[in-house]
Parts: sequence; structure tokens; C-alpha cells
Amino acid sequence: MNIHEYQAKEILTGFGVKIAEGGLAYSVEEAVQRAREIDGDTWVVKAQIHSGARGKAGGIKVCKSHTEVEKAAEALLGNKLVTHQTGPNGKMCTRLYIEAGSKIAKELYLSFLIDRSTERVIMIGSAQGGMEIETLAKTDPDAIQKIYIEPAVGLQDFQARKMAFALNLDTSVLNNAVKTIKGCYRALRDLDANTVEINPLVITENNELIALDAKMDFDENALFRRHKIAELRDKSQVDSREVAAAESGLSYVGLDGDIGCMINGAGLAMATMDMIKLAGGEPANFLDVGGGASAERTEKAFRLVLADKGVKAMLVNIFAGINRCDWIAEGVVHAVKNIDMTVPLVVRLSGTNVEEGRRIIAESGLPIITADTLADAAEKVVQARNEMAA
Amino acid sequence: MATLIDENTRIIVQGFTGKIGTFHAQEMMEYGSKVVGGVTPGKGGQKHLNLPVFNTVKEAVQKVGAEASIIFVPPAFAADSIMEAADAGIKYCVAITDGIPTQDMMTVKNFLRRFPRKERMMLTGPNCSGTISPGRAMLGIMPGHIYIPGNVGVVGRSGTLGYEAADQMRLLGIGITTSVGIGGDPIIGSSHRDVLEKLEQDSETKVALMIGEIGGPQEVEAGKFAKENMNKPLIAYIAGLTAPEGRRMGHAGAIISSVGESAAEKVATLQDLGVTICPTPSMMGKTVAEVLARM
Repeated sequence: MNIHEYQAKEILTGFGVKIAEGGLAYSVEEAVQRAREIDGDTWVVKAQIHSGARGKAGGIKVCKSHTEVEKAAEALLGNKLVTHQTGPNGKMCTRLYIEAGSKIAKELYLSFLIDRSTERVIMIGSAQGGMEIETLAKTDPDAIQKIYIEPAVGLQDFQARKMAFALNLDTSVLNNAVKTIKGCYRALRDLDANTVEINPLVITENNELIALDAKMDFDENALFRRHKIAELRDKSQVDSREVAAAESGLSYVGLDGDIGCMINGAGLAMATMDMIKLAGGEPANFLDVGGGASAERTEKAFRLVLADKGVKAMLVNIFAGINRCDWIAEGVVHAVKNIDMTVPLVVRLSGTNVEEGRRIIAESGLPIITADTLADAAEKVVQARNEMAA
Repeated sequence: MATLIDENTRIIVQGFTGKIGTFHAQEMMEYGSKVVGGVTPGKGGQKHLNLPVFNTVKEAVQKVGAEASIIFVPPAFAADSIMEAADAGIKYCVAITDGIPTQDMMTVKNFLRRFPRKERMMLTGPNCSGTISPGRAMLGIMPGHIYIPGNVGVVGRSGTLGYEAADQMRLLGIGITTSVGIGGDPIIGSSHRDVLEKLEQDSETKVALMIGEIGGPQEVEAGKFAKENMNKPLIAYIAGLTAPEGRRMGHAGAIISSVGESAAEKVATLQDLGVTICPTPSMMGKTVAEVLARM
């Protein structure tokens, strides 16, 4: 689960990380008010959306007067920002963070994440901040310092110092650097974060070390014990269909294609989408209905898939294990009868009681196209889609 | 002999008396697995499904000789249950539970590494469908009837995609020695590589099928292991060709977050390592049949 920059900064401040003075605004008036409260002659108006690369997309504006702050706030609030991370639809900006302008002497990079290979927290730093670490990894891998942290022992001071020296930090900021580095690590460990990224971490002209940006991503599986973190979820930053799906216990990811999918199991869902692609189609979504797939769930899943008006055909692929195909077939028939379906539907059932399931579909009198194999199902749904589009 | 489990493996169920634990314990027993009891702290001394319930795993090991365990404990308590099993001397543990926090799994893995290799419990899962040796024993939640005995070893992340593979093979008359679901989480007990090591050692297994997906380094690590250490042919399918970068595709671990983690990149690397690739998920059975025919 992602959170906003201002939320991450508030959390990290609690762990001893220094930030520039700033405040949150939901309106243009509030934005100007925040700027008035912050001393100085430069303010930065930052769009709070769940995405990096906001600067390039015009989401970060440096202002020299309160009038400029007002104009920047007007331009950002209520508008969608498109970055290379948001996808073509962009993300709605409803909150701004107004921050005191910093006189930057040097930009650095610092992040912590869980490394799947070593099953440890890895700390990554570079004296070359401000750019994306993946780009840097390609162009100048030697400029990146990686330090693995032993889980039972935690991050030690010598490791934090090693990182500080790798970042070419002056000894005058060493103590603060150690505090910042350890603070980020503790935030990750104590709050079940997957990632803490400070890009850039900056040295100001006054020789202060501050986190100019902050990004945190949390483990969804741990939110049951992190109530305060769970409250930080901003649903406006997530596809509304995904929010609705999650509330029904379904796993949904919206995509750009036009063939709607409903499948049980994440792996089979990905494989079925691959088959659609190989057959010449494009999936409109990923949807895992899970093991249960009761009639009620099936209907909810149908409604979710068909809420996407771009869907031109739909494919249901269920492998009944503990489940039974006849129950699933009944659920599908029930859903189709309850929903006014205007697009062709292909259903492929396999596993337990498959013959009985197929019989129920065939005898329902509904215009459902049935398929026996995965390949057959993908070909039929792509064909049905092409006929609809023609 | 079958690797990991067979008809003589003495199994206990952790989270035995709950609804899910009860249902799957019955299914496993019907399949022929030797379930010898279960553990539910606080319910020790009771009988459930005509089998003894113990307060601790240690007691189950001492009193009924438990060797393997299957975990249906809720996510908040599952890591603790896994570590209890390891501490009690269980040899092989399957964690079915979905939703265990990643850092809990880091703790579990760290705990397991403290045991000398020979005494270390093997863990598969969490968030998996379990392990089956067709015709012998089932330590999982899969539909047993779609698997037939044979000479193909299978390892995969996903449950239903594994069933799809087993079903395709069954329709072609191809059977399985052992099929292991390793789970869809970012940090899991055993990797593809760990299971391939077991399949390579198993005398009955002639070929291995790996069913992978986007995200993480494991499929490529397994491919490297196969190239350097395996005499048996390895066949692989990687799901998620259409998955966009940075989006979680159902499984917590199925997310392309760095270079080399997409399906296309993994397929290319595995091909370079000499692994036979199933070009489509509908050809898993057929590709295995072709490899077997060449042997």
C-alpha cells in the first residue's frame, strides 16, 4: 500500500529524519495560508499523488511569491497528473504539500527495501541523487552502494557510517546522517514497510541533511497490525474498480484491452491472459475470484468485469479443485440471468464434475459459448470479440 | 520412493480443529495420507476426527511420531506455528496460510537457518496448494483425482495453474512423482531451486516441470541451478506475459519491480540456460510429452 509524500515525511520525522518545514493543503486558500506560515522567500507546491517523477509531469512548482503559490495550487488541485508511472489515465490531485524552498548544495539517494534474493533488508545509497535508481544502475552501477542488513541484529552504526561515507558526506553531518539512516531503517522494520525511499536526500547550503522527498510502501498483509498505517490509505489514488473488488474480496487489476476475464487463482489468471494475447486479443483486466467462487461472488465478479464499458467479450475460466464445476456453472447461469449481458461470453470449466457443469451451461438456453481447453477458450473469445468489433 | 512425502509419512495438522483444517484433514485422509493427529493450543487431550489433539507440536512428535505438518493457522499466528514445528523436530512442513506478513517470513527464514542443514526442517509455502505424491499421499488442498502417478516432477508457484498442468498431463496419460506448490508470496520457505534439488535426487523422477511467474529472481536462479547441477531435463512455463510493470497480479510476489523480472525476460534467460520452454500455458502437457518421447 502506497502513501503520500507528506504522510511518509510525517512518519519519518517521528524516527528522527529531518525534513524542510511544510504543511498540507486541500484548497487554494489553504495553500496560500500554509505559505504565509512558512518563513522565507521561496515555496514549493507539490502535488500529492501516488507516483514518482512528479517534477517532470509538472506536479512540483517552485514559487517566489504567495501569488505564484496561489496560481500553482489552482493549476494542480482537482486535475489529473500523468507521469510515466501513473499510466495514461493519470492520477487525481486533491492534496498539496507546501514546503519551504531549500537551497540545495548536493542531491543524494537513499533507500531501504526487502531483497527477495537474500531475504534481507537491503540499504541502497548513491552520491548521485535526484535520478531514478534503476537508470543509475544501468548507466553507472559503481556509483551505487548496497549494504545488506542481518535481520536478527538490525542495522548497526558502522553500517550507517559506511553508507554515509559512500555518500561522500562531510564529517560535520555524520551524526545526523547516522540518525537519518537508522531512522529510515527503523521505520521500515517497526511499521512493516516494504520500501522507504528518499530521493533526493539533500545537503543544503547551510550544511543541513534533509529528506526532500519521501516514499513509503507498506505490506498489505501486515495492515491488520498497523491500524494507523491502514488509515493512511487514499482510495482516490487507486482505480475505483480495484477498490470495489478489494471490498468484495476479489483481486482485480484494470488493463487496457477489451476482453474481460474472470478466473480462479492468480497463476491461472495470468496464464489465461497470456493465452488471450497469444490468440491475438488483449485482456481488459486481471481478476482472481479465489477458491470459493460462490454464486454471489460470481455475480459480483461479472458486474465488476462488465462495469468496464470497453469490454467487448468476456471469458470465464475456472479450474474446479475443491470446488465443483456444477456449482460454478449454476453461479454463472445465475449471474448471466441477473445481469443484462450485451457482450458474448465464453466459459471454460475443468476439474471436478466437469461434465455436469457443461450440461448445466448447455441446458440453460443462454447464449454462452463453451470451450474445452485453455487454447480453445482463448481462440473463441478473441473470435467473439472480433465479431463484436466488426 | 517418492520425494518429500509418501504413504508412510506421519502427518499432523496445525490448526486442526478449525473449519478449514478439519475439511482438508478429511480430504487428505480420504486420499490415503497418514494423518496421525493435530495441534490446537488449548484443546490438547481432545479427540477430533477420531485423532488426538495436542497442545504443542513437540507433544505430537513425541506421542504419535509426527514427521510432517500442514499449517492452516490464521496469518497473524502462522509464522509462530511454522517456527514451533521446526523447533519440535518436524522434517517437512507445508504452510497453506495466505496473508502472512513479509517480515514474519523473514523471521521464519532466519530462524530456520540457525539449524544445522541436516536438522533443518524443509518448509514449502506459505500461500500454496501443498505437495502431492500421486497414489501415495497428499499434504495439501489440491483435488487429488487430477493427478496420476508417473515420472514427472512438478514445482510451481500457483495452485490452479498447477492443476491445469496436472490435468493436461493426465489427459495425455502422463503421471507425476511429486508436485510441489511453493506459493505466491515474496519470501517463501523453499524456492524452485530447492525443490529441483529434491527432484534431481529422486530416482523415480525423469523430468522436471517448473511453473513460474513474473516477479522475483527465483526462476532464473532455478535455471542456473539446473544448468550446473541437473542431469534431468527441465521444462518451464512462465506466466504473466501481459502483466504490466509495477502492478501486483494477485499473488503478493507477482510484481515486476526490477530488471529481469518480466515473463519475457525470464523466458529469454531460461532459454539461454538450456531450459525447454512451454510456449503457451495450453502446451505444458504436450511439451512434457515431447521431452519424454525424446528420452
